[in-house]
Amino acid sequence: MKNNLGREIFDQMKAFASSDAFEQEKRRLINTKTTEGSVVFLKNIEETFKYVGLKNGMTISFHHHLRNGDKVINFVCDAIKKEGFKDITIAASSLFPNNGPLVELIKDQTITGIVTNYINGPIANAVGMGDLKKPLIMDTHGGRARAIESGDLKIDVAFIATPAVDKEGNGSGKFGPSACGTLGYAIQDLMYAKKVVLISDYMTDNIIEPELSKHYVDAILMVDKIGDSEGIVSGTTKITRDPVGRKIARDTVKVLEALNLIKDGFSMQTGAGGISLAVVEYVKNIMISKNIKARFASGGITGQYVDMLENNLVDTLYDVQCFDLKAARSYRENRRHIAISASKYGNPFEDNPVVNDLDFVILGATEVDLDFNVNVTTDSLGQIMGGSGGHADTAHGAKVTIIVTNLLKARLPIIKEKVTCVTTPGEDIDIVVTERGIAINPLRTDLIETLSKTKLPILTMKELMNIAHDIAGIPSNYEMSKEPIGYVRYRDGSIIDTLYKIK
Amino acid sequence: MHRSYLFIPGNHPAMLQNADIFGADAVIFDLEDAVSITEKDSARQLMKAYFETIKKPNFSIYVRINALTSSLGAIDLNMVMNEIVEGIVLPKATVNDIKMLSKLLDTFENARRIKKKTVIIPIIETAKAVFEIGQIAQLPRVSALLLGAEDLTGDMEIERTKQGIEIEYPRAKIAFACKAFEIEAIDTPFTDVTDDEGLEKDALHAKSLGMNAKCAIHPNQLESINRTFTPSQTAIDEALRIVKADEDAQKHHRGVFSLNGKMVDKPVVDRAKKLLIKAKHFGMLGEEYEK
Repeated sequence: MKNNLGREIFDQMKAFASSDAFEQEKRRLINTKTTEGSVVFLKNIEETFKYVGLKNGMTISFHHHLRNGDKVINFVCDAIKKEGFKDITIAASSLFPNNGPLVELIKDQTITGIVTNYINGPIANAVGMGDLKKPLIMDTHGGRARAIESGDLKIDVAFIATPAVDKEGNGSGKFGPSACGTLGYAIQDLMYAKKVVLISDYMTDNIIEPELSKHYVDAILMVDKIGDSEGIVSGTTKITRDPVGRKIARDTVKVLEALNLIKDGFSMQTGAGGISLAVVEYVKNIMISKNIKARFASGGITGQYVDMLENNLVDTLYDVQCFDLKAARSYRENRRHIAISASKYGNPFEDNPVVNDLDFVILGATEVDLDFNVNVTTDSLGQIMGGSGGHADTAHGAKVTIIVTNLLKARLPIIKEKVTCVTTPGEDIDIVVTERGIAINPLRTDLIETLSKTKLPILTMKELMNIAHDIAGIPSNYEMSKEPIGYVRYRDGSIIDTLYKIK
Repeated sequence: MHRSYLFIPGNHPAMLQNADIFGADAVIFDLEDAVSITEKDSARQLMKAYFETIKKPNFSIYVRINALTSSLGAIDLNMVMNEIVEGIVLPKATVNDIKMLSKLLDTFENARRIKKKTVIIPIIETAKAVFEIGQIAQLPRVSALLLGAEDLTGDMEIERTKQGIEIEYPRAKIAFACKAFEIEAIDTPFTDVTDDEGLEKDALHAKSLGMNAKCAIHPNQLESINRTFTPSQTAIDEALRIVKADEDAQKHHRGVFSLNGKMVDKPVVDRAKKLLIKAKHFGMLGEEYEK
């Protein structure tokens, strides 16, 4: 069957209708449980499995705050294999290249299912080759929170890497040798998993204002090391020096200025890509020169935003995930650097998620199509190499959503007639800025009216695509395999696209 | 009228592809120092194909050929001479070299039926060239002088510094000669591509000496260079006030008048008019003043 975007999806599944279809639905919440603080300290992982009653066929969850420095996912999964468990589903908010050892467990069917928001590296490659028994489910950050609280994603045991725990059983990301800052992606796991285990390498007497309350925690396991906090630095936190990227960033800021979006009390979010970071730098310079102060910035927080907070250019940082150690330090020290859960960040059913309060968001794209649909999940051959993360959440919530991308990457046109995979629906994408022109979604007549009065190079998406074709030629069609290996679940739980096996 | 000249290596397809998006007023495609001897042939082929296919470039095209004293310079010319090429940038230029190049250009233009006169931008990068600046600036086809400080300080056996005290004299001499013979004075590149502050300082200093453009060796330098050599909005507003006040004064047959407590006479009005011409050229005037 097909959904409203014309994408083939699995039969009998809830088809994506539109990005605001959820407004007709009621929030579904399963019960949270309380342990009343009766936390047990366990000696080893084998004892932990016994205590939480781990069985074949269960779903276990992890967060990705330690990113490529995480040691907990591999540690737990290795023990699962040694204990002989089978048919386990991994519900990790993201999976990175350092989780490569899980490939072996996928192949021997210790792991048979994966539900995640972002995946790249060896696991993505293995899943793309069809090694995972059950369909891969790709959520958004806000959508994962929705799936957990509604029971769509039932977690039997949450193994939460926790940089610091106290003797009462509380947990925090602020302290300890593996301090990573906020733990926003673990909050729904904490509240709704049937069993919760904090895995830590640092014990302190008393954590004041813990992010992870002992009232939800069943057990704590102390280990030698949960991760390398240096590994939490995202690979893309440096401002681009690429002149094409900087040109795109400069034009993006001209768009923001023309739309009068940089003014006192504004709010913003940007990704951690090099172009986005350059945009922030240019915005910051404008704010300084015009004495403008922002109300808040949100999302994955980088040191760049910390500098803005500390220089009083922004009132508050709403942080679901620290992208670098400077952000982790700021979260620990600055009361205006506030942790938010993935739900508060982007769950469509939250009363007022932070994304809904954004004036603008700057996002990247692997592909964009003539209908403004964006792919950040696969490459042009369909190989999984990413995922929504907060892409679809912020794109829907922000008043203006801007995609920044090179028109050509190497010799590949980024604008296509149809994207290989839809991650974010075109109705939520307002503007696409490339080095050779700017396209505005025809749905946003207000933006077209304002920007057409400027000297900015406004073109249609088709014109942009044709420019790319003039330079690089028209790419030959790549016939995807017909064998589905998973699907992309929109933030409201509907299916927006299908993932196929690599030929 | 140009503010910025961007050097792009002639053997760098990715940069060629994006040459039109960097914001350079002019691009100098380099066949000399940026291209190793083993790459010269392929670079020439690439340039030739590029010139034959590029459509309506939004920048002026120049090519830095190898010195005519080597056998490479003439081969370069043979490959790149094309109607679309605005001019040839000549390294290690002397009066004799420029005359020789001019003759070669005559030959190529005739043979290829190139209608326009290809101009020459000599690089002043030897002590001898500095000595000959006055003569060079007057030669036919010469549209600008470009200071090449790295080679010049090498020739002089003096240290090249970021402060640039050692090139104060050639900078000033080029600026005066170019002004005298109404051609462009192009400042030497600032070679630390990561030092944005240093670049801005260097460009401002060159401008203060009378240079009206500067070379960039990286596209990221263009924003600062273009900004420096474009009249500021404050200066444009002041010039507009002066010209307006002058028009009013003319109506009352007054040659000298007072504006904001300062005396304004003809030289001040002429300077304001020149600035407005430049501002208009770079699209800095509002629609109401464009005429």
